[in-house]
Amino acid sequence: MFHYAFMVHALLAAGFVAVLSGLVGWFLLLRAEAFAGHALGHVGFTGATGAVLLGLKPLVGLVIATLAAGLGMGALGARLARRDIAIGMVLAFSLGLGLLFLHFYVAYAAQATALLFGNLLAVDRGTVIALAALSLVSLLALGLIARPLLFAAIHPEIAQAAGINPSRLGMAFLALAALAIAGAAEIVGVLLVFTLLVGPAATAQRLSRRVTTGLIIAPLLALAEAWSGLVAAYYTGWPVSFWIASLSFAAYILATLSRPALA
Amino acid sequence: MTGPRMTDPLPIVRADNATLAHGSRVVLAEASFTLVPGEIVGLLGPNGAGKSTLFRALLGLIAPRAGSITTLGRPARTGRPGISYLPQQEPNGQFLSAWDVVAAAHAGNRPGLPWRNRAARAAIDAALAETGAAGFAQRPFASLSGGERQRVLLAQALAGQPRLLLLDEPLTSLDPAAQAETVGLLSAIRARLGCTILVSSHEISPLLPVMDRVLYLARGQAALGPVDRVITGPVLSGLYGAPVEVLRAGGRIFVLPGEAPAALHQAV
Repeated sequence: MFHYAFMVHALLAAGFVAVLSGLVGWFLLLRAEAFAGHALGHVGFTGATGAVLLGLKPLVGLVIATLAAGLGMGALGARLARRDIAIGMVLAFSLGLGLLFLHFYVAYAAQATALLFGNLLAVDRGTVIALAALSLVSLLALGLIARPLLFAAIHPEIAQAAGINPSRLGMAFLALAALAIAGAAEIVGVLLVFTLLVGPAATAQRLSRRVTTGLIIAPLLALAEAWSGLVAAYYTGWPVSFWIASLSFAAYILATLSRPALA
Repeated sequence: MTGPRMTDPLPIVRADNATLAHGSRVVLAEASFTLVPGEIVGLLGPNGAGKSTLFRALLGLIAPRAGSITTLGRPARTGRPGISYLPQQEPNGQFLSAWDVVAAAHAGNRPGLPWRNRAARAAIDAALAETGAAGFAQRPFASLSGGERQRVLLAQALAGQPRLLLLDEPLTSLDPAAQAETVGLLSAIRARLGCTILVSSHEISPLLPVMDRVLYLARGQAALGPVDRVITGPVLSGLYGAPVEVLRAGGRIFVLPGEAPAALHQAV
């Protein structure tokens, strides 16, 4: 399996993105911004199809579109990031716009499937390097803001009184989340970003009531699910994204059954 | 009753002709008052009287439209060490242990990772022990009772070693037993740490055993006075806009809704 370059590329790309997604997802859930994250993936679809239309790599469009949308949402503050109807409208419009771009890009109808559901086995060396850079930059940034981010997520009013600017922090975090989502969309597709971003984080929050263990479990779980999914796909020939989505779902169900939610 | 230490020259809070507005509405006009070290002051007044706006001004989140507000001897601004604030809003992330909820606020505005070093962990443990919350600190916050939550949140406020404690409606949604428990805790905190506590409430009775003075807000006016002079039928009736009778018996004060026709129009 490791003598195939495409498998090595896929393992590396999935590894970088999974670790970032698990960590970002843990904070995304704590901030109750999961739906905003879902919408960012869809905005990414518009970006990716636009990039393809212009002859660029989809990842370029993904990053530009999600980053712009993340910063925009952050600038409008928690008022928008948690407003489901407004986000839902933007999400639906983004998919529609992406469809139009694909319509003009008649040569590749298969491109739609790849963008929506991922195409991990087609990741090339350049994309691996881009995803590695994206993940490392995001992880460093997250490492810088993690502490105030936790403070502001759990105690928003006290954090503000302590001198934290909630809109600047929210913007920085959604920009970070946008990068993680762009990466996840490249791996599992825009429709399945939740499998890496929300699934492992939600499972971690079920399994651990500690911040530190939660922040260790979430990325490791995302990594385990991504790599196991890849290996399973290698041996079965079924789509990688199916396996990752299924493992993510199964882990969450198991965690929920073993640790029922608190009142 | 433990009296405030009037000898300390430095006021903990000083409002000087301060005018506070919430949007275009003036909630406090040219108010002047001083809080001294070690006193427990009840912040009372009808809904919308500006209790929360006053807290925001003391925290430096809004600037007075006119006049000045100083805390710990300097103009009020955000991020001032020595001031702890407990908002009415419950914390998020209640699946986390009570310990982690407290730890999240500990020096939380510093950049970096949310790991706590040994000194920080010791400070958090000590604060939890101080409020009697150590026994359930490892349980998820969501599983705690109202009284237990107040103990945890007060521990969080104490971990910042405050000289001024601002508590926004800590007794709301607590049953009478838990209210008494929390009020007793405030008294113990003041006795141990000597900090000034400003605690807002829409109920007067539960705070009576510990309040040194009352700061009452109504109709844009603020007045600060000893409990005995403010907790009277005429003043409270004017404060709530409804008849209230105050009975004193056996060293206790009973505040009862009831007829007090003579007091009805003696407004604040």
